[in-house]
Amino acid sequence: MIHSPYIRKPTSVQRVMLNVLLALTPGIAAYVWQIGAGILVNLLIATITAAAAEALVLRLRNRPVKLAVSDLSAVLTGWLVALAFPPIAPWWLTVLAVLVAIIAVKHLYGGLGQNPFNPAMVAFCAMIVAYPSLMSQWPPAGGLDFGTQLQLILGGARDLDAITSATALDALRTGLRAGAGSVEAIRQTGTFGMLGGRGWEWIGLGYLLGGAFLLARRVITWHMPVAFIITLALVSAALWAFDPARFAPPWFHLASGGAMLAAFFIITDPVTGATTPRGKLIFGAGVALLAYLIRNFGAFPEGIAFAVLLMNICVPLIDMKTQPPVFGQRGGRAP
Amino acid sequence: MIKRLFNFQGGIKPDSHKNESAGVPIRPAPLPARLTVPLRQNARSVARCIVEPGQHVLKGQRIGEAQDFLGTAVHAPSSGTVIEIADHPMAHASGLTTRCIVIETDGDDRAVPMAPFDYANTDRLTTLGYLRDCGVVGMGGAAFPSHVKLGSGTGIDTLVLNGAECEPWITCDDRLMRERADAILRGAKILRELIGARHTLAGIEDNKPEAIAAMQEAAKGIDPAIQIVPVPTRYPAGGEKQLIRVLTGIEIPQGKLGSAYGVQCFNVGTAHAVYRAITFGEPVLSRVVTLTGNVEHPGNFDTLIGTHVDALLPLAAPQADTDRYILGGPMMGLALTDLSVPIAKGSNCIIASSPALFPPAPPERPCIRCTACASACPAGLQPFELYWYSRSRNFGKAQEYKLFDCIECGSCAFVCPSHIPLVDYYRYAKSEIWARERDTKASSEARERFEFRNYRQEREKAEKAARLAAKAAETKAKMAQEGSAPENADDAKKALIAAAMERARQQKAAAPAVTGNDTPVPDPTAALPVKPTEDAAASTTPPDQHAQPR
Ligand code: SF4
Ligand code: SF4
Repeated sequence: MIHSPYIRKPTSVQRVMLNVLLALTPGIAAYVWQIGAGILVNLLIATITAAAAEALVLRLRNRPVKLAVSDLSAVLTGWLVALAFPPIAPWWLTVLAVLVAIIAVKHLYGGLGQNPFNPAMVAFCAMIVAYPSLMSQWPPAGGLDFGTQLQLILGGARDLDAITSATALDALRTGLRAGAGSVEAIRQTGTFGMLGGRGWEWIGLGYLLGGAFLLARRVITWHMPVAFIITLALVSAALWAFDPARFAPPWFHLASGGAMLAAFFIITDPVTGATTPRGKLIFGAGVALLAYLIRNFGAFPEGIAFAVLLMNICVPLIDMKTQPPVFGQRGGRAP
Repeated sequence: MIKRLFNFQGGIKPDSHKNESAGVPIRPAPLPARLTVPLRQNARSVARCIVEPGQHVLKGQRIGEAQDFLGTAVHAPSSGTVIEIADHPMAHASGLTTRCIVIETDGDDRAVPMAPFDYANTDRLTTLGYLRDCGVVGMGGAAFPSHVKLGSGTGIDTLVLNGAECEPWITCDDRLMRERADAILRGAKILRELIGARHTLAGIEDNKPEAIAAMQEAAKGIDPAIQIVPVPTRYPAGGEKQLIRVLTGIEIPQGKLGSAYGVQCFNVGTAHAVYRAITFGEPVLSRVVTLTGNVEHPGNFDTLIGTHVDALLPLAAPQADTDRYILGGPMMGLALTDLSVPIAKGSNCIIASSPALFPPAPPERPCIRCTACASACPAGLQPFELYWYSRSRNFGKAQEYKLFDCIECGSCAFVCPSHIPLVDYYRYAKSEIWARERDTKASSEARERFEFRNYRQEREKAEKAARLAAKAAETKAKMAQEGSAPENADDAKKALIAAAMERARQQKAAAPAVTGNDTPVPDPTAALPVKPTEDAAASTTPPDQHAQPR
């Protein structure tokens, strides 16, 4: 028997995912413009792998394949992996990472909606631990033509140091640890742009635009991005004010690495994030704080992935402790 | 004066589809050959039938009497002959049948004499009793007896008049306000005076500008204490608690009554019924029903209570591809499995549905915890948590997450991208919990029965012992009289007295309840509550008791 309600909003998981994919395109466009078209190849590899892995697992689990693959959630995971990885990562690294994300992280926990950890971030962490050098070779902005990028992706010989460079976060960290002068001095080198890493500022801006789109379409709520950005800005501003020679200014942190991608696309993964309004604020702030600590004091130049996983662990507790008051419990006449 | 409005959290904006049926004036539905008048008015109360098969009844004649706290009277909607008093299916989620009085109409529509009721010179309780005997209940859908709501005491500051009509497709209140604003507002004035409120706020969703204009126009001459307030169109703004919140800022928690917070809410249809009862002495015999959806001629029809749905439908001429009918709105309505069910006092709308108009839900997908449902929930719940716990039958947790605060408005299911029929899970969980409570109650009753049996056996044993003792004493006494040692005579007497005393004690214990024989004198207002107990809206009350948003 069919029960009320008999009407539904024209929405679906597929639409939600499609909106997110769409929202990623300004960032991707900036990526291609600043760094090169290699990222598109990696995105394609990730898409195909993700869809194939999803179909395979569903087949093995005897679930309807077409319906689930067409919901695009696996494709989104693939895209996030590709965007978090160096755009010249060899094809097999991307494939491996996506397989880890889809099979081990998503489906071993029960599939869509069941996994406690962010699949793309687990894949990122696994690969950075397993292949630290491959994961830290980034093309300098505008420094590699598409042919070279393609060759690197397809597994061409890597004359590493000549053609690749570190990210801005990596360069700053190495510079500071090597005693190469103050933050300001290090930031004068070619890796850096006006705010963060050269070229990456524009990509960050692209993600910001996409995030605004998601907010406008109400695919995500404001809580997580706002908490993330404000927290990252505040802690970095505090330490920067304390010692500007050793700590980078807030705009550097916001414009570097995966900060904007994380703020709007990674921490906002609904499945693995907190769900209550206050919980979302805590979650976003927690990721920002941990990421900042890892960036400055940890073993890796970019700490967002680890920070996300750490906060994923806390989600059940956060949700439980932040249940919002129900109607009539807030008391009185508050507007 | 611009009234300051408050916001209620959550809510959705479905397409309103009001235009289909709102354009045509209310028409009287023709007198059907047969009327099936349900004696059951709400989940808790059934009226007592006071007519017999074969008896001729007149329009407006009382055929059922209130017999308990939540009871109201039932009347013959037209003149004719009672042909049967039998169980008949009702439009209710349970699909259960209920006792109905079936009247074959004679076409004369002859009425009993009706006279206005002078409520201004009558005491409150009598007036409430009068309304109960006129069968006045909430016409918004919940059919909660109005005299009970009115009886909840004084100290009420604001009367909220609910003309929001937030459910899509339904337009019966809209039409009623456009055409009979005067009667509604006069009824509202009576209601306001009965609860002693200082002012009246009539909330109407701003997608009904004609109704707002008509009400504003009518308000001028009737009661300066009435304020017509357009409220933003957002489902479920017509939920009683949501509307109270929007108009007054007061949030009434689950399980609490408005009266405790100085507000009381009545539907415009109810106000209309009160007006007719007081001014013309006319009990509730009909109501306006919207016929809409997949039909040729949507519109509103003044329909006698007890008219069968299938007798009513041809008026709107359903299209050929109609595959089912929904009683109520598309958000909270009930798909009818039996079209012979009668229109009851709370039946506001019938929507003809076709696969094109209301496509079946796409396949259900796993919950992605997107929290869209939480953003839409007017009760401030986390619907996906409720879903999760209901589904895994973890009912304790579901209750911890306030399952019973859910008003089953359907907003969460409406927005869910995974197309999960969330409300079904809540209904399932609630009914399971009720069933368990019933079981506990049943088992505790069984224990009581068992204990009573033990008690009875003990008592019987004691009585037997006493009888034996008495007999022994008698024998002893006899022996004594028959010339044994005289000193024994005293003992025998003592034993006799002891036995008699024992008998008396046993008798007393056997009839503990009877303390006197003061038979209660029948009291006309006996079933009249002066103050409804909080129990009337207690935490796990079945949904029929909750005012439904519409
Ligand atoms: S709207 Fe549906 S998918 Fe989203 S959290 Fe609620 S139940 Fe889950
Ligand atoms: S049906 Fe219940 S849980 Fe869903 S939105 Fe309405 S009140 Fe909230």
